[in-house]
Amino acid sequence: MQIYLPIAEVSVNAFLLLGLGGIVGLLSGMFGVGGGFLITPLLFFVGIPPAVAVATSANQIVASSISGVLAHIRRRTVDFRMGLVLLAGGLLGSLMGVQLFNRLRELGQVDLLVQLSYVVFLGIIGALMFAESLTAIARARRPGGARPRRRRHNWVHALPGKMKFRTSGLYISVIPPLMVGTLVGVLAAIMGVGGGFIMVPAMIYLLGMPTKVVIGTSLFQIIFVTAFTTLLHATTNYTVDMLLALLLIVGGVIGAQVGTRLGLLLRAEQLRILLAALVLLVCGKLAFDLLVRPAELYSIGSTK
Amino acid sequence: MILPRLIALACIAALSWPASGTADEQVVAGLSQNRISITANFDGTEILIFGAVKRDAPAPDGPPLEVVITVEGPDEAVAVRRKARWAAIWLNRDSVEIDSAPSFYAVSTSGPLRAALSNTEDLRHAITIKRAIRSVGAPPGIDDPKSFTEALIRIREAVGLYQLNEGTVRITEETLFETRVALPANLVEGNYEVRVFLTRGGRIANSFKTAIFVQKVGLERFLFTLAHEQPLLYGLLSIAIAILAGWAASAAFRQFKS
Repeated sequence: MQIYLPIAEVSVNAFLLLGLGGIVGLLSGMFGVGGGFLITPLLFFVGIPPAVAVATSANQIVASSISGVLAHIRRRTVDFRMGLVLLAGGLLGSLMGVQLFNRLRELGQVDLLVQLSYVVFLGIIGALMFAESLTAIARARRPGGARPRRRRHNWVHALPGKMKFRTSGLYISVIPPLMVGTLVGVLAAIMGVGGGFIMVPAMIYLLGMPTKVVIGTSLFQIIFVTAFTTLLHATTNYTVDMLLALLLIVGGVIGAQVGTRLGLLLRAEQLRILLAALVLLVCGKLAFDLLVRPAELYSIGSTK
Repeated sequence: MILPRLIALACIAALSWPASGTADEQVVAGLSQNRISITANFDGTEILIFGAVKRDAPAPDGPPLEVVITVEGPDEAVAVRRKARWAAIWLNRDSVEIDSAPSFYAVSTSGPLRAALSNTEDLRHAITIKRAIRSVGAPPGIDDPKSFTEALIRIREAVGLYQLNEGTVRITEETLFETRVALPANLVEGNYEVRVFLTRGGRIANSFKTAIFVQKVGLERFLFTLAHEQPLLYGLLSIAIAILAGWAASAAFRQFKS
């Protein structure tokens, strides 16, 4: 069944969009990631204009993060204070990101910006995850088990402006969380992602937060940053397609429930290595497109 | 099928449209629909363009009658960009602004275009796709500027936005003619101008003009207008829907589990 999207102004198969939302929801349920990094490139592949894809997937992430964060609030695994500091940085970053996005859109380089950001960030994160899950598997095989190193003192602890984060059991400067939040905000605006894949490792390794509050707190921040990004794109570019978002959300909701069950059948290390492979695959496809001579060198854009 | 069409023709004739020129042969034409609504399940459509040649005297001798029909969507300025290799990656380098290019353009003819239409007439009335695109020229320093216009035509032809349908206009008894033009799903809103040219020996004997109104309706219209006229409200509504959907999913899942 073809459906005409009012803002994207293209006609796409509705079941294809539901399926895309479903696949991304499945993955997010299985791996506990937002899936924004997958949905934006997939929307490019089905012919949604990049600007609409980025803005609309930000809107979709609001929905998937809400349903995740409610479960975490019930389990009391959200550090609201840390979340608010990250959010302050996130809003600033989102504002900067949308400015950058609009500036490059005028120059006709927005596709390049989005694709390059994807290649760089997915490449780094995928490689790190892959290496880490390999060592985790190796460690699990050795008798004696894992001995995680935690709470190292690094440069983060030498900065001024310290604040107490009770839920996380931390007493650190607000500068690093603000910086992490800002970076994530910029990424949310230009890549249409929640940024969990950057924020979660940063919270664990850089800020030293306990793992159990990391996911809930990052989801809390993501909701507000992606909502703000949606609003900025809607008011400056008119690129949020409500109908597209709705189809992705419905597919995503169903997929996420199935994914959560599937995830229980697999071991954590296997899950992580699968996710790393998936991230590297998407990264490879985008890098390939940038490096290989395209079949059509010309493209049509608007002059505005 | 024939009867309603004849009635429609009669109506058009009764209106006695002031056709251009004072020729012995006058063309009158009608459309199967002059209003196209883009609804949520819009998947492209096909319009039937039909008409007749009105004459007081018998058909003149000499070169045969040919019909050329154009359908033209709203004009817009576009930027055509060309990728080039820069430090191992391919990115947009040169860009040419084309001042006015129709968003949709179809040319249908009764015979080979070159025989049906002389170059002079094409130039005067901007009939072929190449002539319908207006560009003041590329900025200096860009090599092969012509290729940008060619690329625009090539890309739009590939998706059915630009069409050259030679020999698709059927003429009966040198009087009646009809053709079908396919409009793709990704139509832009606006007035689509339909022009019908009657030619003999490449020269235009008479012409006729009408329009099709293409418009988003219903939900499509509502969302598009809201997004552009009340962007803040639209943005807030998008977020509200997302929050509601997320909350409902979570609640439904909890019900399901317990």
